[in-house]
Amino acid sequence: MRMVSPVLSLRGVTKRFGGLVAVNGMDFDVTEHEVLGLIGPNGSGKSTTLNLISGALMPSEGTISLRGAPITHLAAQDIARKGVARTFQLVRLLPSMTVLENVKAGAVFGHRRRWGTEANAQAQALMEQVGLAGRGHLKVGQLTYIDTKRVELARALAGDPKVLLLDEWLAGLNPTELEEGIALIRRLRDEGRTVILVEHVMDAIRSLCDRCVVMASGTKIAEGAVADVLADPEVIRAYLGDDDD
Amino acid sequence: MRLTAKNWQGLALTAVLLGVAACLPLLTTAYWLTIGVTIALYTVLATSWALFSGPTHYISLATAAFFGVGTYTTGLGIEHLPYWVLPPLAGLIGAALAALVGLATLRLSGVYFVIFTLGLAEFIRQIITWGQTVSGTKGIYVLTSITEAHIYWQLLGLAGLVWLLGWLIGRSRLGFALRIIGDDEEVARHSGIHTARAKVLLFMVPGAFAAITGAVLAPRYVYIEPILAFTPMLSFQVVIMALLGGTGRLWGPVVGVIPFTFLWEGISASVPNQTTLLLGVAFLVIVYVLPRGFVGLIEDARARVNRAEGYA
Ligand SMILES: Nc1ncnc2c1ncn2[C@@H]1O[C@H](COP(=O)(O)OP(=O)(O)O)[C@@H](O)[C@H]1O
Ligand SMILES: [Mg+2]
Repeated sequence: MRMVSPVLSLRGVTKRFGGLVAVNGMDFDVTEHEVLGLIGPNGSGKSTTLNLISGALMPSEGTISLRGAPITHLAAQDIARKGVARTFQLVRLLPSMTVLENVKAGAVFGHRRRWGTEANAQAQALMEQVGLAGRGHLKVGQLTYIDTKRVELARALAGDPKVLLLDEWLAGLNPTELEEGIALIRRLRDEGRTVILVEHVMDAIRSLCDRCVVMASGTKIAEGAVADVLADPEVIRAYLGDDDD
Repeated sequence: MRLTAKNWQGLALTAVLLGVAACLPLLTTAYWLTIGVTIALYTVLATSWALFSGPTHYISLATAAFFGVGTYTTGLGIEHLPYWVLPPLAGLIGAALAALVGLATLRLSGVYFVIFTLGLAEFIRQIITWGQTVSGTKGIYVLTSITEAHIYWQLLGLAGLVWLLGWLIGRSRLGFALRIIGDDEEVARHSGIHTARAKVLLFMVPGAFAAITGAVLAPRYVYIEPILAFTPMLSFQVVIMALLGGTGRLWGPVVGVIPFTFLWEGISASVPNQTTLLLGVAFLVIVYVLPRGFVGLIEDARARVNRAEGYA
């Protein structure tokens, strides 16, 4: 088998908040064109892991590298420029700006930087791709919930990131919206984007992810093909033991 | 750079208004010229203040510090250097000081920034006072042949420069970055914006302009003392005028400066001992009643007219 060098890899990544170990010795790789599911009960450390990768938080221990180069201690803006884009578990848009300007923020300052007509064209193309065509002039306050999620996704994609981190992007959608959302992410996968998908919706995980990493209490408890991982007794125990879920 | 018809209109209108304003010294009495200097002075200070504080929402009370540094640049330099070198020199010193202050404080939250900038003017004033005590001097004389009209024209030129710079920044990546930072700094960082660098760069603009303004105004004082050059009142007045006009548009601050200047003239003449109190009251009224300043009122009215025309 040909060895594929990972786009992103974590080695022994640990994050402590005072006495609490939110992420404990995480090890995993993401290969190019892969959608990697990162799942686990509430509070298991998924968002913290994404925060560590994107530079919102600094690891207490371990290394994170992007295409072999360490990014462990870089600031968030430098990590973004090197090609890591993200969405937030609670949607964060730029409230004073229009849909177009929100998406342009990603096109102008992301991994690949554009300006002027080129940035506008990129923003338009992404708005179209996520289903926001013709709504560029709206203020983001006028949007429905799923549309705010679309804007955030388009903004993250607009800088042509090497890795996209989606934190429960499908959470809170109604059944029709969920179907649309899953179709949207499937298209990203078909385009060959590299994605880490933090998700609770099992249908989405089954239909979208190539592989899965399962976390419980900050530790990786399983990793592998989705069907195998979801049948793992330890994973089932972790989920059943979690009353919030 | 391609300019739209609206851009040309704006540029032409600004040039015409500045040209008309430039005729003031030829037409009026000394009293009106003094008012003109005050308006031009605060227009430069409030507009450059708003360039930074408008998009970032950091309230800077450092105007007096930069202004005072500029005043002293002229005061100390006038014996050694030709006058025309001094305002640009003051601009460089102001920008450098702003960069230092920015690097030290702009990573902090807004509250610390406000306190720090307020303290800065007092700190520099104390240093100068101490320096004068050590050297046994009190103030400095600035004796030049520069007239009130010369000062007025220099300030008008500066106002034109601030508007031009503000307009260019508004069209630049830096301007866009600052709007994003003002909306959500976390999103800005994760979009790849070096937020600290952008804020420091922009903070250098009001720093430089306030210092240049101080340098230009120094000959008017004739005798410069620390208490005069670093008066904290200046910082507060600039904030109030900029907020009264509105920071959302480049022309906002001047819309606040003009009425405020007349109001202030009236107040200082009739109740000279209550000015600080009235300044505080004015601040509260603006924040509660006119959160977006006159700009907000004007734009709301314009939107209503447009809607009404739409129905007609
Ligand atoms: N900034 C923080 N400070 C302190 N504790 C935190 C912080 N962020 C997360 N935690 C804690 O870390 C643990 C993991 O949280 P999180 O990564 O958000 O879990 P998940 O996304 O899997 O639901 C939780 O116990 C949470 O309370
Ligand atoms: Mg989470």
